[in-house]
Amino acid sequence: MELLLQQIIAGLATGTIYACIALAIVMTYQAIGHLNFAQGEMAMFSTFIAWQLLQWGTPYWAAFVLTIALSFLGGVLIDRIVLRPVQHAPVLSHVVVFIGLLAILNSLAGFIWDFNVKPFPTPFGSAPLFGNGLISAHQAGMIGVTLLLLAFLYAFFRFTRIGLAMRAAAADPASARLVGVRVGWMMALGWGMASAIGAIAGMMIAPVVFLEPNMMLGILLYGFAGAVLGGLSSPAGAVFGGLAVGVVENLAGTFVPVIGGELKFTIALVVIVAVLVMKPQGLFGRPVLQRV
Amino acid sequence: MSALLEVRELRASYGATRVLHGLDFNLAEGGVTTLLGGNGAGKTTTLRALCGMVARSGEISIGGRSIARLPTEEIARLGVAHVPDGRGTFVRLTVEENLELGAISRRDRPAIATDKERVFGYFPILRQRRGQQAGTLSGGEQQMLAIGRALMLRPRLMLLDEPSFGLAPRIVRELFDILAALNSKEGVSLLLVEQNAALALDLADHAYLLETGRIVFSGPAAEIREDEKIRRSYLGY
Repeated sequence: MELLLQQIIAGLATGTIYACIALAIVMTYQAIGHLNFAQGEMAMFSTFIAWQLLQWGTPYWAAFVLTIALSFLGGVLIDRIVLRPVQHAPVLSHVVVFIGLLAILNSLAGFIWDFNVKPFPTPFGSAPLFGNGLISAHQAGMIGVTLLLLAFLYAFFRFTRIGLAMRAAAADPASARLVGVRVGWMMALGWGMASAIGAIAGMMIAPVVFLEPNMMLGILLYGFAGAVLGGLSSPAGAVFGGLAVGVVENLAGTFVPVIGGELKFTIALVVIVAVLVMKPQGLFGRPVLQRV
Repeated sequence: MSALLEVRELRASYGATRVLHGLDFNLAEGGVTTLLGGNGAGKTTTLRALCGMVARSGEISIGGRSIARLPTEEIARLGVAHVPDGRGTFVRLTVEENLELGAISRRDRPAIATDKERVFGYFPILRQRRGQQAGTLSGGEQQMLAIGRALMLRPRLMLLDEPSFGLAPRIVRELFDILAALNSKEGVSLLLVEQNAALALDLADHAYLLETGRIVFSGPAAEIREDEKIRRSYLGY
């Protein structure tokens, strides 16, 4: 029982990271209608920036905030410089751009910071939070940071005018333009926010998986699984999906002997395929209706 | 009266298909102008071309300022409120959020709150439904919402694309009374596209008749209303 509870909590903790990545994917998907395959590498790159700032002696939370700001800016720039020229291009062009971005960021990180695995500090400490060792301080910190992030995002989209404009631009770009919403900038803003969310996820998970250019590949896959499970049209669903994938992955890895540590990775793929076959719009998504 | 909207040699095309073949028309400040014509005459396209929603060429100016090369959102920000074909409702957002979006380019927050009340004054049903998802409104209510949203911009010029489409006659009457009031009391100039010519000519002071992308006739609305030949051959009543 103790083990079960512990594994569920551990699953929730890593699940928050999948939830963040899933959320970033959904935000981009809502804005441009495509999956950003480079979302994970963007997060990885952000984490390296944080590491570099820490190496230069920046205090942790200052580096944390600075990294978020730089990642936001980076996301905006990627949208403006890389995506804007191809905005009317066919889907495959987008896919190629995203894969190119993935490869570029991956090798650029390796080029600048090399491919050696680096430890990344946690601001929360790695000791158990309570005496019984049910949850570590870092796991609790991950959950706490994610909850704060979600509360902030909810308030931003629900209560601010710019959040409303972003929702309008995503829901119906043509009508949004007619009321004077600068749709292009709203998309850039969405990219910046997705990039910043990824940065937070990267900095939170790096102490667990360690820092190296390929650290986010697996996490991105889990993030996709979470996003698909919750429904690509539902931010709240993406968060739920990310958490669910985290828990399922952990429980299956612990309690199903065949799966163990090695096959855990497969679970993400199984989830993606199963959801797409049985409920393509995800648990909370809306079916896509197209007028023909 | 000086011209608020001046259009010269307006051409527009969808892909390789030219739909408008050089339109010239004006709209007087504070006036109501209507574009009439049958299906496929180019009425909707004209409104879309004015707002930069289709590829267009020619000269368009609002109050002396050229808008022919501006993107849609910047034209809206100059005070041109387009109530489009299909009403442009944000169906997943609430009625109130739809109205707030109408004022999204404005900075004067206290005035925005006042204007929301003003819209609720014109359309009391929207106040009742303010928290409801806009997609759940009836067609008439959505048309009211679309006009309300346009008003939230404090527009100098409103472009209305078939506001009567699909609505019960009583609702249409109500809507056109409000449009007349907006024009006379608030000084909003209207450019009205309508299939229902009789209705449009009652409201308008000037009319242009379109046929396959060309203006075939123009004149004061009253004159067209009385001209039986035009009525019979172009307007079908």
